Amino acid sequence: MFDALSDRFDGIFKKLRGKGKLSDADVDAVAREIRLALLEADVHVAVVKRFVSEIKERAVGEEVTKSLTPGQQVIKIVHDELVAVLGGATGKLKGGSATPTVVMLAGLQGSGKTTVAAKLARHLEKEGKRVLLVAADLQRPAAVEQLRVLGERAGVPVFSEATDPVAVARAGVEEARRLGRNVVVLDTAGRIQIDADLMDELARMRDAVKPDDALLVLDAMTGQEAVNVAQTFAATLPLTGVVLTKLDGDARGGAALSLKEVTGLPIVFAGTGEKLDAFEAFHPDRMASRILGMGDVLTLIEKAEETFDVEQAARTEEKMRKGEFTLEDFLEQMQQMKKMGPIQNIIGMLPGMPKELRDAEIDEGELGRVEAIIRSMTPAERRDTHLINGSRRARIAAGSGRTTAQVNAVLKQFAGVQKMMKQLTKGGKKGRRGMQMPGMPGLS
Amino acid sequence: MKRERPRLRDRMSKPRGGFAGFRSRLRSRGKLDDETWDELEETLLLADVGAPMTAMLLEQVKARAAAEKVRDADALPALLEEAIAEALHAGADRSLRRAASGPSAWVLVGVNGVGKTTTIAKLAAREVDDGRRVLLAAADTFRAAAADQLVHWAERLGVEIVRAQEGADPGSVAFDALEASVSRGVDVVLVDTAGRLHTKTNLMEELKKVLRIVERTPGALQEVLLVLDATTGQNGLTQARQFTEAAGVTGVVLTKLDGTAKGGIVLAIEAELGVPVKLVGLGEAAEDLVDFDPAEFAAALVGADEANEETG
Ligand SMILES: Nc1nc2c(ncn2[C@@H]2O[C@H](COP(=O)(O)OP(=O)(O)O)[C@@H](O)[C@H]2O)c(=O)[nH]1
Ligand SMILES: [Mg+2]
Repeated sequence: MFDALSDRFDGIFKKLRGKGKLSDADVDAVAREIRLALLEADVHVAVVKRFVSEIKERAVGEEVTKSLTPGQQVIKIVHDELVAVLGGATGKLKGGSATPTVVMLAGLQGSGKTTVAAKLARHLEKEGKRVLLVAADLQRPAAVEQLRVLGERAGVPVFSEATDPVAVARAGVEEARRLGRNVVVLDTAGRIQIDADLMDELARMRDAVKPDDALLVLDAMTGQEAVNVAQTFAATLPLTGVVLTKLDGDARGGAALSLKEVTGLPIVFAGTGEKLDAFEAFHPDRMASRILGMGDVLTLIEKAEETFDVEQAARTEEKMRKGEFTLEDFLEQMQQMKKMGPIQNIIGMLPGMPKELRDAEIDEGELGRVEAIIRSMTPAERRDTHLINGSRRARIAAGSGRTTAQVNAVLKQFAGVQKMMKQLTKGGKKGRRGMQMPGMPGLS
Repeated sequence: MKRERPRLRDRMSKPRGGFAGFRSRLRSRGKLDDETWDELEETLLLADVGAPMTAMLLEQVKARAAAEKVRDADALPALLEEAIAEALHAGADRSLRRAASGPSAWVLVGVNGVGKTTTIAKLAAREVDDGRRVLLAAADTFRAAAADQLVHWAERLGVEIVRAQEGADPGSVAFDALEASVSRGVDVVLVDTAGRLHTKTNLMEELKKVLRIVERTPGALQEVLLVLDATTGQNGLTQARQFTEAAGVTGVVLTKLDGTAKGGIVLAIEAELGVPVKLVGLGEAAEDLVDFDPAEFAAALVGADEANEETG
């Protein structure tokens, strides 16, 4: 996510690397590039203006002479500023004292509310809450049916009735009370913020259920309009935060930068895929690192903690860093990654992963076939692939039911991955641009 | 019986701070100075026109203003309108293509939630109004209740539909739909596809497969329409590039122009890819679909209508 923005910054800072001091002209050049990058990322024009002037001021100032190189210096300044704009704190639902607490979702048509409703319900259930999903989108054909299917998939009950949205919302809260569910997640119809009737309906729903949390669901691909949308919804609903969806694409997500700054609303959650577990708490600080291509090691470790032990995760990461990552580690990783949710999302969190790899689509079936090949190797072969000569290759191919050519392909790809990891982690980001990305097994 | 259709200029709103605000600010400013150009630039950026395209349009307007010795800021909107209409390949053929004989298949593609299914319903309504026989293919077998959504429309509009179970192969739905269309003498087959992010290689491959299956009926595949949400920012260009490369997009449908979003990214899409915008979505009802008209779109962007209303 936000790939291009970080790539862009990489490009800018590469020019600065090796320079001793930042001249005014340097700063101007950087400021221009940053402005373009931010605009390309759909950051709101007003935010771009403020952001760029802040960077310029800070870069030309005294801070430049500190011990960091100019490149690092600017990275740090931009990073700090990104964190400041994205907001300082980790997002959480506000919640309330009454039972049930009510979380209301609202947003434009097609922003992803229904999927978020199911994801949020599942997320809350994981935290030990007992959720009732309430389907109050009676506008779009089959929206209720969609939530019913998703609710079933998430193992969360769904309430709806063919009355009107306000009545459904009110009855939904009653139903939650009756069933002893302690959180209501209320899905509403998508609406365009200038539709007065529909905004009025939203206000009546608000009065009927008095939400503890009202979340604006916003598509990460939204352009300059994002701020407008947020401001208008905020005028009707006591918004407590934003959920940014479809972050698994390559949208640069400038909306994330703009929203907090212009509306004061925190981004609480991020949707990162179509599966129900592709849903994360939004971490502004980590996101800023991610924008700058510094990876998101913290989130990775946290995810890993949920499924397997930290020490192992740290060990693996260390190995990657040192370029000692073997096929055996890879096999182990595959097992654990399977438990951690979509592999795509995990790759996005690894530090220094090139854009090509982050964007690559992972064929889990192909991964299974790769796994079979690796499993047909002896542990010694997995640790040192140089041992694998022609006859061993034939044996591995026979054992895994694949061809020798396929075994060769896996070995070649893995050698490429190993080399890449070494280059990426050892030499900083040096050589990254010109480098051909070797395909990782299972990546097409 | 034909449905009443809305007009682009009525539905596309002119919010505060948009082009309309720009026009009145220009009028009060009078002369052409740096600030005027900055304001023009900012206004284009706010409409999601994007930095490169904005720079290009500014150049053109500046050059024209210089050539025509324009000193009055009030003359800028007309020049800008002209430049926009030109960037939009004003003369391009924006009609939907039809097979000489046999069914014409129009396949709708795009990222999640942009309005593909709704646009199918709108197109179906239009074709039925024109007396054609329409069949819908519910080839979004992925999203929960996606087929139900289309079935609902089919019933409402009284058109035929081919659907399958959730999780079924979308290619087989397309196959069945084409086969049924040929044997039943259907004029237009509208193929709905699952929303997919253009970055997901395997989903793009799946889409190619669906298209290949449609192509098996010779001459049937007439349009691959990329549905684009008008609130989309610069990512819209990336979407258009990827979908064009993978699926050979033949036209763009710009939806949700009934809000305050301007859909300025289509300027870059037409300029770079040469893919024409063919249709515009102006609401959620079956009749809320109109043909794209570059001049009208340019006028709505620049807010010329409003100025006319004020002065005339
Ligand atoms: N206001 C407005 N809403 C639209 C328009 N086109 C589609 N929608 C809404 O956008 C949402 C998503 O549409 P849908 O057709 O399901 O998108 P799909 O996922 O691409 O098939 C629905 O709530 C539609 O009613 C439009 O032109 N204007
Ligand atoms: Mg659909």
